[in-house]
Amino acid sequence: MTAILEMRGVSKSFAGVQALRDVNFTVEAGQIHALVGENGAGKSTLMKVLSGVYPHGDYEGSIIFDGEERRFRDINDSEALGIIIIHQELALIPLMSIAENIFLSHPPSSLGVIDRDTVYRRTKELLAQVGLTEMPDTLVTDLGVGKQQLVEIAKALSKRVRLLILDEPTASLNENDSAALLERLLAFRAQGIASILISHKLSEVARVADRITVLRDGRTVDSIDCRAETVEEDRIIRSMVNRDLAHRFPQRTATIGTPVFTVKDWTVHHPLHRDRRVIKGVDFEVRRGEVVGIAGLMGAGRTEFAMSLFGRAWGERISGRVWLDGREVHLSSVAAAIDAGLAYVTEDRKELGLILDADVRKNITLASLGRVARQGVIDDMSELRVANDYRNRMRIRCSDVYQETGQLSGGNQQKVVLSKWLMTDPKVLFLDEPTRGIDVGAKYEIYCIINELAEAGKGVVMISSEMPELLGVCDRILVMNDGAFVGEFSAAEATQERIMRAIMRNKEMDKKVLQGELQP
Amino acid sequence: MTDKAVALPGHAGFIKNNLRNYGMLLSLFAIMLFFQVMTDGTLLQPLNLTNLVLQNSYIVIMALGMLLIIVTGHIDLSVGSVAGFVGAVAAVLMVRYHVAYPLAFIACLLVGALIGAAQGYWVAYFKIPSFIVTLAGMLVFKGLALAILAGQSVGPFPPTFQKLSSGFIPELFPGAGTLYPTSLLIGAVLAVALVYTSAKSRARQASHGIEVEPFGFFVAKSAVLFAVIVFFAGLIASHRGLPNVLVIMTALIALYGFVTTRTVIGRHIYAIGGNARAASLSGIKTERLTFLTFVNMGVLAALAGLVFAARLNTATPKAGAGFELDVIAACFIGGASAYGGVGKVGGAVIGAMIMGVMNNGMSILGIGIDYQQVIKGLVLLGAVCLDVYNQRR
Repeated sequence: MTAILEMRGVSKSFAGVQALRDVNFTVEAGQIHALVGENGAGKSTLMKVLSGVYPHGDYEGSIIFDGEERRFRDINDSEALGIIIIHQELALIPLMSIAENIFLSHPPSSLGVIDRDTVYRRTKELLAQVGLTEMPDTLVTDLGVGKQQLVEIAKALSKRVRLLILDEPTASLNENDSAALLERLLAFRAQGIASILISHKLSEVARVADRITVLRDGRTVDSIDCRAETVEEDRIIRSMVNRDLAHRFPQRTATIGTPVFTVKDWTVHHPLHRDRRVIKGVDFEVRRGEVVGIAGLMGAGRTEFAMSLFGRAWGERISGRVWLDGREVHLSSVAAAIDAGLAYVTEDRKELGLILDADVRKNITLASLGRVARQGVIDDMSELRVANDYRNRMRIRCSDVYQETGQLSGGNQQKVVLSKWLMTDPKVLFLDEPTRGIDVGAKYEIYCIINELAEAGKGVVMISSEMPELLGVCDRILVMNDGAFVGEFSAAEATQERIMRAIMRNKEMDKKVLQGELQP
Repeated sequence: MTDKAVALPGHAGFIKNNLRNYGMLLSLFAIMLFFQVMTDGTLLQPLNLTNLVLQNSYIVIMALGMLLIIVTGHIDLSVGSVAGFVGAVAAVLMVRYHVAYPLAFIACLLVGALIGAAQGYWVAYFKIPSFIVTLAGMLVFKGLALAILAGQSVGPFPPTFQKLSSGFIPELFPGAGTLYPTSLLIGAVLAVALVYTSAKSRARQASHGIEVEPFGFFVAKSAVLFAVIVFFAGLIASHRGLPNVLVIMTALIALYGFVTTRTVIGRHIYAIGGNARAASLSGIKTERLTFLTFVNMGVLAALAGLVFAARLNTATPKAGAGFELDVIAACFIGGASAYGGVGKVGGAVIGAMIMGVMNNGMSILGIGIDYQQVIKGLVLLGAVCLDVYNQRR
């Protein structure tokens, strides 16, 4: 078979962080090529290079499509050749009809007037191709997620797709919808359309893929021809996670005390779909001086778990009991949670953690202004002193504490957020993806801060999608899947493979794990 | 000053940074100078200056509340109608039912608070866009004012109530001819107090090792500040002394300036506008604070309505029409951001003064109301464009 796409020696870095290193990636005509790897392994970056989101010149290496070298300036250039990417977050407009969505950018028209009959007829044809029987004028918002995904694919077909890229297409689909979608991919292969499938679900990858390429830390580390060899899950998992962990994490001798934070039977429902249980009767405990990690995929419910505990900042119909320092507490607002000694460092520091327009000082004192104020009047000198203390202690690199927070680098912004929460003097600190998007040096500094907190007798809970960091920092690691804990490992017994296996396992397997060897 | 821009090294950098801070004030002076020359000195004649203050007092008072609303990222279109409605309530109470002035005054402020609460409730707790809620309020209270006045003007008010707008502070040393020494004295004391506090705060900052403005610059700034205040106090003192409403206005400006820059509640209001979700995840009660800013706006709109009614000495169904536009324009000319989180009390006050001086100056020059609006609109657009341009740099 001939190659439709060849990416040769692609490298790409962001502000000193190497996201892709000399990646070679080939897709043959009419092939389903699966791309797997951990969060942050470089899958999305590679696809963005391919689709022109990062234009030619922004990366090193070359892209050869249909036997010619291509230099895409933007996503329109790649679409014109039939390279269509469907993102995990769907790009459909909910209050428009299926037909309007499919022909959003280039509706068939004469003299600027949309030809509605042609739109209707062509939409019906396209929907039939993806196995949908809906009327073209159905509103997208009235469709389930699975059918919306298929509409996205129909939209791709309307652009005469040659290479279809699907980024985690089944992440939010149920089993039937997933199966239907995979059937479509096989049908397209029969028509000669190649696809790249990015997925965390190894079972479905093994079912449809012709070739599996594994990315790790921006490199291709393995490539399996599924028609020539048998696919072993263990081999894929090992390739995904195998790496040297020495010297990336500061040492700490844990002195673990009595429980400081205990949760029993915690149940949370979705704020919009009020019947959907997002957290399913979870028990949880952190001890003084302990760092507990929570592993899991995006959407497993980790952030929702932490946020709902933090003064019910997320979710509806929340039930369960919480003890802090041995006393039962009812944390009905964020202010009450802060007062009780809880802190939550949000996952998205720009949207949820910081006021980017405000200076470093104002961000640091935001959650505990009362500590530098008397009768509601801020003592600006003591505020300044506190801000400068944290600046020195956390080594925040800024010109002075009056600098706008938005001007700082990601790592320094994260230190500002951490300072804000340390200033509230918490007993228990939740850190949600604390090192996302920051460079290696700043990561190390943040691990050091986590160690200091644990040594000071605080309970630390770290939610992270980066397994090495969980292994390097935590005393105990829990695995969350679909709103429940499905595995627990002590630091000694945890390995990347075991965690990854717990994450990847389907529900039946999870039950076996819980009854068998890995029961806590 | 607590809100320093990022310091550039050296004196040139210092002046450049501060030019931006004082840019608005310089524009006001430039506009005043322009009209002073164009009107052959009429603008700054003592009588006209006093009138200028009286004419704009209600805009300034409402701009203080509007600034807080805009800083939280909202807008209040109903303030003009609310002011007119409260003026009508005052007239009905005092003229028709002969309720005593202080009682009626307090009742009117309470009415304002209730109106603010009613609108703030929908905005803060039901998350209905403030634009829509207050647009509805604008229609409702315009209609209600018309209804309770039965379409007619009601007046005149009792003389003690009129004093709110047309009265002047009592003269302690009468007999100095056309000069009112008490007012001049108050002006001088205010100027000394301002220079003293800024010198003290500078010394305090220096003792904490904070970079302060160069001494020469500080002296020059203080001298100019002192001279300007005394100069205007002198002008005011040579007509009939300090108007009561100017005293109220100055006290309110000082109060709101303090609340926005120095208090926890003020900081929280800016945090809501800067990033509401981050603020609420930092334990700030965003909904309650948003609600309170609307209550506050209602009270200030009521006060402005009373001042305006007292000045006209009658309540008319048309009172307050279009005030909201001047008030909102004042805040934006004064550097408030339409996206929330940014804006200063001083800026809003200067913005209101720019609008006031332009109204007054153009009227003296005999420019018709038609082109006055065109010019004011262009100034608003220009000021905001300049601000956006400055921030992009």
